[in-house]
Amino acid sequence: MANLEERRIASGFGFLGREAGFEIGESAFLRYSASDSYLRALVVGLTNTLAVALIGIVTATVLGTAIGLSRLSRNFLLRNVAAAYVEFMRNVPLLVQLFFWYAVITEGLPGAREALSPLPGVFLSNRGIFFPTFSGVPELQGFNFVGGATLTPEFAALLIGLATYTAAFIAEIVRAGILAVDRGQAEAAHALGLSRAQAMRLVILPQALRVIVPPMTSQYLNLTKNSSLAVAIGYPDLVSIANTAMNQTGQAIEGIAIIMAVYLTISLSISAFMNWYNAHVAFR
Amino acid sequence: MKWLRDNLFAGGVSTLFTVLVLVLFFKLVPPFIDWAFLDAVWKPDSKACRASEGACWGFIAEKHRFILFGTYPYDLHWRPAIATVLLIGLWIFSAIRRFWKSWLTLVWLAGLTVIGILMWGGILGIPYVENERWGGLILTLLLTTFGVAFAFPLSILLALGRRSDMPVIRGLCVGYIELIRGVPLISLLFMASVMLPLFLPHGVTIDKLLRAQIAMIMFAAAYLAEVVRGGLQAIPKGQYDAAHALALPYWRRTYLIILPQALRISVPPLMNTFIAFFKDTSLVLIIGLFDLLSTVKISLNEPAWAGFGVEAYLFASIVYFVFCYSMSRYSRRLEQQR
Repeated sequence: MANLEERRIASGFGFLGREAGFEIGESAFLRYSASDSYLRALVVGLTNTLAVALIGIVTATVLGTAIGLSRLSRNFLLRNVAAAYVEFMRNVPLLVQLFFWYAVITEGLPGAREALSPLPGVFLSNRGIFFPTFSGVPELQGFNFVGGATLTPEFAALLIGLATYTAAFIAEIVRAGILAVDRGQAEAAHALGLSRAQAMRLVILPQALRVIVPPMTSQYLNLTKNSSLAVAIGYPDLVSIANTAMNQTGQAIEGIAIIMAVYLTISLSISAFMNWYNAHVAFR
Repeated sequence: MKWLRDNLFAGGVSTLFTVLVLVLFFKLVPPFIDWAFLDAVWKPDSKACRASEGACWGFIAEKHRFILFGTYPYDLHWRPAIATVLLIGLWIFSAIRRFWKSWLTLVWLAGLTVIGILMWGGILGIPYVENERWGGLILTLLLTTFGVAFAFPLSILLALGRRSDMPVIRGLCVGYIELIRGVPLISLLFMASVMLPLFLPHGVTIDKLLRAQIAMIMFAAAYLAEVVRGGLQAIPKGQYDAAHALALPYWRRTYLIILPQALRISVPPLMNTFIAFFKDTSLVLIIGLFDLLSTVKISLNEPAWAGFGVEAYLFASIVYFVFCYSMSRYSRRLEQQR
């Protein structure tokens, strides 16, 4: 306390009501301007965290399952490409990968005027990724695109980084889960005349899920916690906004308490949900 | 021919995948080789780099000393260089099962003393270098080494505490482990860098490196504790009962009978946590320490070399990959040997 007084740092959460005075680069759902309060800024940060975590979890699960299945494929090429992917992604720190993707997008991609267009209406440029929605199609106006939806370079780098990194871990979990199902089950399914794909979908996967769900939960939690690395590439997630607020007000204790409380709440909710789901798929 | 048919063209779907992989391969790999090798600029000349279509490895050639040694005084770079080699040597030496004896601790103490003398200096006629100027690969390695060295004993205590019969101790340990595992590492690093100084008595300061190291230790201890707990749980109940039957007191029971077995079971998952921890040391960049990733990033700040991030981070990836991949291969071998 004496330290705080000496440094003229206020204490308590009163600062949350004051005007934040800084702009936020992007907001997933809420409107925000610099004249809004710190509280609103932090809520915007939280929605940004949740947005990237949710989309990341879905993408990583789809990608990870595909890679995990590929690792068990009878196809030599597919199997080894998947194995190499897993080895490489797991052995390089996520932060390096995030910086890499950010560099690829901001330095490797061309400017808006020469944007790459892999599909009609979709544009890749160093200003971000533009794609059409129901309300409009992106069009080049001046130096940037207008209309449609945009993924900013920061969001895109974070999402690609988190999803491709976590997918490697999910792939291993899926593979281990499938290998844990007794061989007899596959043979029995075969004897019933099911094709390999049918056997996988109807017999193997439902049983493998029981092994897969608990470690999958911790991967989802990891992804959510790892989204805090956003601060390093400038995506305005909760940690990054709380960090700005701490720098402006000097109220580090409150700022860190908020970050920790929010992540603990998210962690506990995800585990509670996954425990419920686990009970749902477990043997009865 | 039979191999081809079985492994690449077994049925329509398999053939489709083979063709798909091959098409992707031929679309992606030749341009990559052009970029990374044929059109690449190897000389440290940023103008030539900007003119070329290919990768600029000249960036690495120009900046490799800074990337490896950070802001350590330039003409003293031989000191961190020897320290790095020595530390890696100690890691490799300790990986050999034959040397898992009690004298290994002495080897480590001697090794770390030499590394400390090399890095700080100030005696034996070599000039003193304060640790604010340490950086690059050696900082990453030191953070990992000391992080694990201190976190490991702590984690054993935490794991034992979590399985203790005393509710207060159990509660404290469970609370600590779950709290640390529930929050991101960054929040702990922020805590160490901005919050900790506020709690110190007047006039006491701890330098940034030590504060970050403390946060890393607290973080690693919680994760390692869960691995050790897994080992403790995997021991058959009969061992606990037998130890009881010998009428040994708690600590001797634990030290002589339970821990040796529990730790042996936990070696492979401990290695995995170790690798994860090595990767996580890169996060100290966010609070402004000059670890390997940080020196790579700072190298890009110089205007002449700005814009070569792809090459720079690819290089960083390769360095980290070499370390992590060899550790994971080693851990897999350990697992098979048992």
